[in-house]
Amino acid sequence: MRIAGKGLVDRNTPVGFRFDGKDYTGFQGDTLASALLASGVRVFGRSFKYHRPRGVMTAGSEEPCALVTIGRGAAQVPNVRATVQEIHAALDARGQNAWPSVNVDLMAMNDLFSPFFSAGFYYKTFMWPRKFWESLYEPAIRRAAGLGALSRKHNEDHYEKAYAFCDLLVVGSGPAGLMAALAAGRAGADVILAEEDHVMGGRLLAEMQEVAGQPGADWAAGVLAELATMPNVRLMTRTSITGAYDGGTFGALERVGLHLARPPMDLPQECFWRIVAKRAILATGAHERPIAFPNNDRPGVMMAGAVRAYLNRFGVAPGQTVAVFGNNDDAHRTVRDLKAAGVKVSALIDVREEATAPDGATLHAGAQVVDTVGRKGLREVVIADRSGQITRIPCDCLAISGGWNPALHLACHMNGRPVWREEIAAFVPQPGMVPGLAVAGAANGTFSTQACLAEGLEAAKAALSELGRKAKAVDLPQAEDGAYRLRAFWEVRGGKHRAWLDFSNDVTTKDVRLAAQENYRSVEHMKRYTTQGMAPDQGKNSNVAALAVLADATGRGIPETGITTFRPPYVPISVAALGAGGQGAGFAPQRFTTSHQASVERGAPMVEAGLWYRPSYFPRPGDQSWLDACNREVGFVRDRVGVCDVSTLGKIDIQGADAGRFLDLVYTNTFSTLKPGRVRYGLMLREDGMVMDDGTTACLAEGHYLMTTTTAAAGQVMRHLDFVAQAHCPAWDVHMISATEQWAQFAVAGPLARELLNTLLEEPVDGDTVPFLGVAPVRVMGVAGRLFRISFSGELGYEIAVPARYGAALYRDLVARAENLGGGAYGMEALNVLRIEKGFITHAEIHGRVTAFDIGLQGMVSAKKDCIGKGASTRPGLSGPEREQMVGLKPVPGSKSIGAGAHLFDEGAEPVRVNDQGYVTSVCWSPTLNSHLGLGFLINGRARIGTRVRLVDHLRKTDVICEVVHPVFFDPEGGRARG
Amino acid sequence: MRITCPLCGARDRREFTYYGASVYADRPAEGAAPEVWDDYLHLRDNPAGEITDLWYHELGCSAWIEVTRNTVTHAISATRLLADRATPTKKGARS
Repeated sequence: MRIAGKGLVDRNTPVGFRFDGKDYTGFQGDTLASALLASGVRVFGRSFKYHRPRGVMTAGSEEPCALVTIGRGAAQVPNVRATVQEIHAALDARGQNAWPSVNVDLMAMNDLFSPFFSAGFYYKTFMWPRKFWESLYEPAIRRAAGLGALSRKHNEDHYEKAYAFCDLLVVGSGPAGLMAALAAGRAGADVILAEEDHVMGGRLLAEMQEVAGQPGADWAAGVLAELATMPNVRLMTRTSITGAYDGGTFGALERVGLHLARPPMDLPQECFWRIVAKRAILATGAHERPIAFPNNDRPGVMMAGAVRAYLNRFGVAPGQTVAVFGNNDDAHRTVRDLKAAGVKVSALIDVREEATAPDGATLHAGAQVVDTVGRKGLREVVIADRSGQITRIPCDCLAISGGWNPALHLACHMNGRPVWREEIAAFVPQPGMVPGLAVAGAANGTFSTQACLAEGLEAAKAALSELGRKAKAVDLPQAEDGAYRLRAFWEVRGGKHRAWLDFSNDVTTKDVRLAAQENYRSVEHMKRYTTQGMAPDQGKNSNVAALAVLADATGRGIPETGITTFRPPYVPISVAALGAGGQGAGFAPQRFTTSHQASVERGAPMVEAGLWYRPSYFPRPGDQSWLDACNREVGFVRDRVGVCDVSTLGKIDIQGADAGRFLDLVYTNTFSTLKPGRVRYGLMLREDGMVMDDGTTACLAEGHYLMTTTTAAAGQVMRHLDFVAQAHCPAWDVHMISATEQWAQFAVAGPLARELLNTLLEEPVDGDTVPFLGVAPVRVMGVAGRLFRISFSGELGYEIAVPARYGAALYRDLVARAENLGGGAYGMEALNVLRIEKGFITHAEIHGRVTAFDIGLQGMVSAKKDCIGKGASTRPGLSGPEREQMVGLKPVPGSKSIGAGAHLFDEGAEPVRVNDQGYVTSVCWSPTLNSHLGLGFLINGRARIGTRVRLVDHLRKTDVICEVVHPVFFDPEGGRARG
Repeated sequence: MRITCPLCGARDRREFTYYGASVYADRPAEGAAPEVWDDYLHLRDNPAGEITDLWYHELGCSAWIEVTRNTVTHAISATRLLADRATPTKKGARS
């Protein structure tokens, strides 16, 4: 029911929206909750476990009951708090956890069986048979319980993440927050004022109070107008600070497009911020807490502060006849505001015998509410006075107040423990719980408006002083400064009906007492046993009352009982916002070579190699499968010439007078003796003696080397070289930088490689100008490049490198020339076959658990010098016949194909783990040798060359006898590459 | 979490790669016994309190940094370049 002339919503701008399939109208400035309450809607949803009708209880982000689903299809968002969602013309909201609707819910039969649904019921009842839990019981229970559901469709909506930095972050824009922001803003500090509501002002918008002689909302508007003119102040509405983290970092969730009917295409739904603040002031106010009494969950039972917020801010009377039930003076304020607005107040029930009645109210001092009536909406409450005398009071709304809990959550996110303050019966933060963060106002347990304003100002002054800034004069305005008196009161005892603590998860006082009775006496155990505090509101409405009941049930005080750990996030965060930008292609960076477009144009399927994309093979018309293409490409590399982009290999440029010495330290073999114009294959160990990487390093000039790494280990090797240089030899003259992306490099391999290159090099080369393992500067059609005589295929091979900007053109040119010579481009499949035929290792073999000895390269570990990993590699057990050593595997003729990952066994041995003799790392079909080939590791393998082993792959159902052979299957003398 | 790189200033921890306790920089002497190598490679203190560990400013200046931080409070009390430390005496040297 809307009250004429009252509230801050824009009565001139009506806004239509839909709820549960019906059209409604509210006003600009309304939340879904306020607009529905104004329209007389009482049932917003059904409860989690018992499917009880539920209304709206609060007017803030802590709402436990009015959870709705917004949108349809993939855009469906469940568990949106109706108290936070603003209405707009495209809003389509639905109540949850009900079938077929919130008003007629067949699942409500759960409520009849409630005696069976107490805490721990599922654990006790569905114990047997054990295997039925996962397959039968749990799915059925999960269907019946729960809140909103996801669409299970891919979310196409746009989300963002962003970073911000400031001197001072002020969290909350009530009197304390506004005062702090004003003082810091006037002093010139870089300020962010964050407010989760869509309007700033906090409780000043919800109360009929004067600040500096004007209505509180007007004073707030004046301060905000001044702040808006300051370039050093950022005002962030619709932004919940969700967590406090190390180093002054705060998480924040901003609702960017969720309140707009037609958000612009480039506007995200939400943005997750990481805000780094040198100082922060927490002015998040307080949450009013319910009282547990029988049937206190009926639609129409509402927090007293929320009743005032709907009345004063939105101009909505949540009922036609309101009763008020409380234990503190704040509840009396509700009576005054309602009566002033012309709303009928049927009774004020105050548990304090000494309470005095405000003007004209019917006070029941010392009385308690012992029951409520009205399943789909409150009709009356039943009260008992001190003598037990029962009175029935008609009302369609009951405003309740059990006092206020400071919203201190963020102050506790770094494991600080709050302390109990008896006179307000609440936990308050201690100073220094989060470094750099001060708490002011109601969040600090300070409840009068005057004191909140003063604390905000003082906190800002302290922060400015710590920031080295001088505070400018700011007048402290006059405001209400009344005392906040209450008597701690948590539950009405003795009723036979359930009394709710956690409305969101359907946890009652009975559940908490049962937990205590079953010895879940620790507050953390009680929480997990009953699920109290584990719903979307994370116990904001129930934690303190629940532990008060637990304290009572276990005969302890509240401080001794303690409170559960506060963890981020303060409000629910959509995973889409946390992972913004990380879906699909955004999941990982993509690196493309200069030849990418040319490969794609040739129809090559691109495969991931780390972050890089490389061509798998190049299909041609008539191919039956990838294998046809692969065999063709291997064939023309062996017979003619092939071209392959090898730019993805890491390239590290190393320079300095001590560069050679440095290479000696990081490689097992010696590089300081390498002459300019020469290339050497090197093996690199980790400090634990295992092989890290291999590759070639060229000496380009005296004190100038170019190291190549494998594609996979490029980052790791760079990190390693930087570490060795800075940790072990910081005084040496050696400098290094990655040049991987600066150079495009192409392998030209095959008997016709030189013939091809000489058609485009300005100065032709022969076997003497660039001998095997040589490097020379060359000019390619006017471009300065480098020519390396190295081979990963075993053929006469070169790698030609040019600055990356020429890569695309050179690749197309090289491939065209190769095709004219009967060859062409080859991809990763062929590259892999060529290297397996030659027994060249990749990270399939050097997978981090093999030593130089294991791969047969122990001779490369120089005895004349130290190197990284040498000391550890000499430890017992890292060499010898007990080691699995690299061998070649050749299935006996006529065998099926073999797969990597298969295990090796002695012939005739049962293929079980205890008989395991080794495993297979790489396999291929070799068109050159007309056989399947494998590389693998076999215990004492080198001594077993010439014998046979049994290769078993339990997954692929392979069982093949293989001959153990030397890992170099093809051209073991290496004459083809040297030729 | 923020880490102050001695070269670049305070930066988000996502720019850095963590690499364990800083004793990893104290490489044993050439020819040290296997026990010395095992100690160096595998044995680490796990204090509730101050710890010094290695971070690599991988998405920044490539500096290796010694970070002294508290495992209880997460407070970082000091950072310095690994290259700036005094070279320690090598363990396990055989005379």
